[in-house]
Parts: sequence; C-alpha cells; structure tokens
Amino acid sequence: MTTTPGGLLLVLAVMVPFVGVLAGFAFGGRTAQRVAMFTILAGLGIAIAIAATMLRSGAALVYVLGGWAPPLGIALRADGLALVMMLAVAVVILGIGVYARANFGTPSGVREARAPLVFWTLLLAIWGSLNLVFVSGDLFTLYVALELLTFAAVPLVCLDGRGETLRAALRYLLFALLGSMLYLLGAVLLYGAYGTLDISLLAARIRPGPAAWSAAALMTTGLLAKTALFPLHLWLPPAHAGAPAAASAVLSGLVVKGSWFLVVRLWFDVLPGVVTVPSAQLLAALGAAAILFGSVVALRQARLKLMIAYSTVAQLGYLFLMFPLAFSPEWARLVSGDALAGGMLQAISHATAKAAMFMAAGVLYAALGHDRVADLAGAGRALPVSVSAFTLGGVSLIGLPPSGGFLAKWLLLTAAVESGQWWWVAVMLAGGLLTAGYVFLVLGRALAGTKQPLTPRAPVSRSQEAAALALALVSMLLGLVAFMDTELIGTGR
Amino acid sequence: MTDAPTLYGLCAAALVGVGVYGFIVNPQPLRKILAFNVVGSGVFVLFGAIAHRGAGSGWGGDPVPQALLITGIVVAFSATALAVTLLLRLADEADSVSLASDTPAPAETDAIPHGR
Repeated sequence: MTTTPGGLLLVLAVMVPFVGVLAGFAFGGRTAQRVAMFTILAGLGIAIAIAATMLRSGAALVYVLGGWAPPLGIALRADGLALVMMLAVAVVILGIGVYARANFGTPSGVREARAPLVFWTLLLAIWGSLNLVFVSGDLFTLYVALELLTFAAVPLVCLDGRGETLRAALRYLLFALLGSMLYLLGAVLLYGAYGTLDISLLAARIRPGPAAWSAAALMTTGLLAKTALFPLHLWLPPAHAGAPAAASAVLSGLVVKGSWFLVVRLWFDVLPGVVTVPSAQLLAALGAAAILFGSVVALRQARLKLMIAYSTVAQLGYLFLMFPLAFSPEWARLVSGDALAGGMLQAISHATAKAAMFMAAGVLYAALGHDRVADLAGAGRALPVSVSAFTLGGVSLIGLPPSGGFLAKWLLLTAAVESGQWWWVAVMLAGGLLTAGYVFLVLGRALAGTKQPLTPRAPVSRSQEAAALALALVSMLLGLVAFMDTELIGTGR
Repeated sequence: MTDAPTLYGLCAAALVGVGVYGFIVNPQPLRKILAFNVVGSGVFVLFGAIAHRGAGSGWGGDPVPQALLITGIVVAFSATALAVTLLLRLADEADSVSLASDTPAPAETDAIPHGR
C-alpha cells in the first residue's frame, strides 16, 4: 500500500478543522467565529478536491502516514463511501454555519462569550472527527476518532448549562463511554487473534470463529449504543431536543452517522464473511422496531423539537434495514450493491433533511416563543419560508419523489423484493405512512388560519430561513443523482 | 492452561464482567463512572496479556499493544474527567444528581445567555 497522488488531501481534510479549533481557542472571541467560517469554506473546498481527484482516477485515495506502510504504520484511505459522507457533512456544516451566525455571534461590548466560543470550536472539532472516522484505515484510529467525536458532541448538548440539559449530556456521555469501551474490547480481541488492526489486512486474515464472532458482537453493540438504535435510544430525544437548534441539527444530522458509518465499515469491509444471516436479520429487526416505535412516539409529541428528535430515532432504523438485504446467499457474505447504496443515500438525505427541520423549528421557536405543535396556527402565513423548509425536509423523510429519501427507500425496497424479504417492505411502507402522519400533523396546524395574523415575537433572520430552506432543497433534489452516470459510492471498493 | 497470560486474560474477563454489571445495575452516575473505569481496566489488562502472548522470540512483549494501551488509558482518563466535571456541574445546578428525569423543556430562547 502506497500513497496515491492527492493522498495529502485526506490529511488536510482531518487537519484543517483541528487547526481551526486550535486557532479558535488561541485567538478567542470574535476571531473564533471568523476562523470557523474560513475553515468551513476551506474544508468544503478540500472535500470537493477529493471528489474531483477520485472521480478522475476512479480509485481510492490512500495516504500512508510517515511513509510506514501497514502493518507497521497506519494509513488513511478514502473510498466511495467515505467520499459521499465527507461531501454531505461539508454541505450540512456549511448550512449550519450560516444558520448559527445569528444565534452564536459574540455580543457587542463583550470580548468573548462562552457559548459562541464553545459552539464554533466544537463544530469544527466534530467535523474533523467525522472526517477521521470516514478516512481511517485502522480500527484503533477509528476508536480515537469515535472518542473525539463524543467529546466534541457532549458539550453541545449542555451549551446553555441548565440542569436538565446537563443531565441529558451526562446520560449521553455514559452511553457513549460504555459503547466505545465495548468497541475497544472487540478491537483488542481482533488484534490478539489476527495480529493487526489495519482494515484491509484484517479483512484478508479474518475467519469465522469464536474470536471474530465475539469481537463482532462487542463492537457492534457498542456502536449501536452510540448510534442510538432502539432499544439503546433512551439518551437521544432529551439530548437532541434540549440543545439549541443549531446544535440539535449537528447532533441529529451528523454525529449519530459517525458511529453508524463505523458499523457499515465493520460489516462490509472487515467482517463481510464473518457475520451471519441471523445476526443481520437481528440488526434489521431492531431497525424495524426503531422505525415503528420512534414514529408512533413522534406522533404523540406535543412539542415540535421532541417530535423531530423521535423522528431521528425512527429514521436511524432505516439505516439498519440494509444489512440483511445486502447479504448474498451465493457468496455467503455481505456484498456492496443497491442495498448499501440505499443505506448511504438514506444517511445523506436524513442528514440534510433533519438539519433543515431542526433549523426551521429553531426559527419557529424564536419567532413564536414556543414550539407547541397545537399552537402553531398562523405560522404558515407569518413564516412561510421556515414552514416550507420543514415540509420539504419532512417530504424527504416520508420518501416522496424526487427526494433523496425516495431514492433511498426505492433502492432498499427493490433489494428487499429481489431477495424475497417482503417483511421489510411492510415495515418501510408502514414507516412512511407514520412519517407522513407527523409531518402533516405539523403542516396542518401551521397552515390553519387565525382570526388575527400572527406577528413574530422577534424579527426573523433571513439568512437562517434561507439556510434551512437550502438544506431542505438539497435533500429534496438528492433523488436526481439517479440520473447521474457516475458510480460514486462504488469508487475504490 | 494456567500460564501467566491466560491467568491475566481470565482476570480481564472478570473485570469486564463486573464492570458491565455494575454499570447496568447502579443508578447513581458516579458509580456508573467508576464501573466504566473497571471495564476499562479489564480491557487494558487484556491488552497486556495479548502483548505478552504475541511477543516474538527474544522480546519481552509485543510493543504495539503497549503503545495502544497508553493511548487508551489517556482517552479513558479524559473521558472520566469530562464525566466527573459534568456531574459536578449537575450537582451545582440541580437538586439531585440522579439520571432519571422528564425530558427537558426547550431553551427559553435559542439565544444563549451570554457571558456564562
């Protein structure tokens, strides 16, 4: 394994956000925000450059750190999966950055305020950690990246320092800590049995057996706790709903995808021949339970932000339906095909749609002074852009064409029908109906007429509404990638 | 069967088991943090056993697990520090430090009180 041309871009994708974090802390105050915006633009440029390089060469990008090839050294490696996730994260972070300028500006007359400084530096830290999760080629580096992601995400939950949010943050941290310890235990077992932690070397050496099975079970369980898959979702709704809207968008849209991506890496790249059909079916059964449970609970929520948070619990379920669908009986292993593409697309369209919905809910909250679903009447007339952003995001979650959610569910449905697993089709259709239920519940209230026109309590920031709408439109139009003649996800696999 | 690495491996398994049990049954956050550290100790002991078993001839131990072990300890230490800090802040802000609670009310406004 050697460094490919352009491999240095992978180092930059990880380093640039962290340099931004250090510079933000070093200069502090208003400069931290300027550094963050500059870093966001630079990072987006790097992601686009990586995409251009990979599309040109049609192969994975590799960077061997210090020139020491694995197993002695460690390598960074970006394939199609990593690339699409990096691009999606860069776009969502840009949207969140534009949105958060109105909430997290340092007030005039103060040199430095705690919340803006913490928000901007941690936003960059989350981005750098996610990029590291996507490009790491080594199980231990992945562990460090996961922990960095947790440490950057937990303070965002309790940004306003109230008791309930501190409690939500502590609960999240405890779930995450046990999860990463179980992951590390699995990684140690794999090292003990096969003598390497490098993903490609390990994939060549690993054989089904007690060591590989227990490692797979431990690592997957740990990652499920961090991804908040039912029944380990208990920490997610209070943590995501209690945070400020911009932070909720980061947490719900991006952070949970980091540990989910690692499950995908493990199952498809390290253990494709080790995992068994019953274990894949179990993972999908938990996903199905998450879809049904999360959607029903979301329907019963009186508050908009909690409804969106429970919707995340449900949508995360879809991400786990692909595992049994990707199982090929003739090869007796997981194969990368339409099911994997559907899962990746679901992750991306959920990231953009959910960030847009949380951002729209934040605008509604600031304008109305509450987020009670029952009292939203008149909001559609007073805040048409935000209500549209929420609706378009919701339409993508339901899976109506031409949204990304439609294409994702279409690919998953096709894979389910082709492999004769009709019960997952039923779950997906029921989930779509329930999702439509809670989206239209909000829409129906917001579009209801009122005797007096609703006047916003505070002036609404145009840039915030525009950022939410832009992300919702991205999610809405993602389905059009079906017409592009590129095999982005399969690149370098 | 009872050579040193096997013995250490069994100890590690026992520590992980005790830690996971303690983590699940204890409702108090401080005990959960301690239980997390017991699980961590188990994992690190297992690292040591594997380093000894995987040593080439003439070597006292495989150096790779030892390097990973040190990183793991640092990460677990910072995690514990973060958790304890959160717990102390929670004790200051709220009446009880139990984890059981209703879902939090939304922030009063999305603008955070400044200067805290």
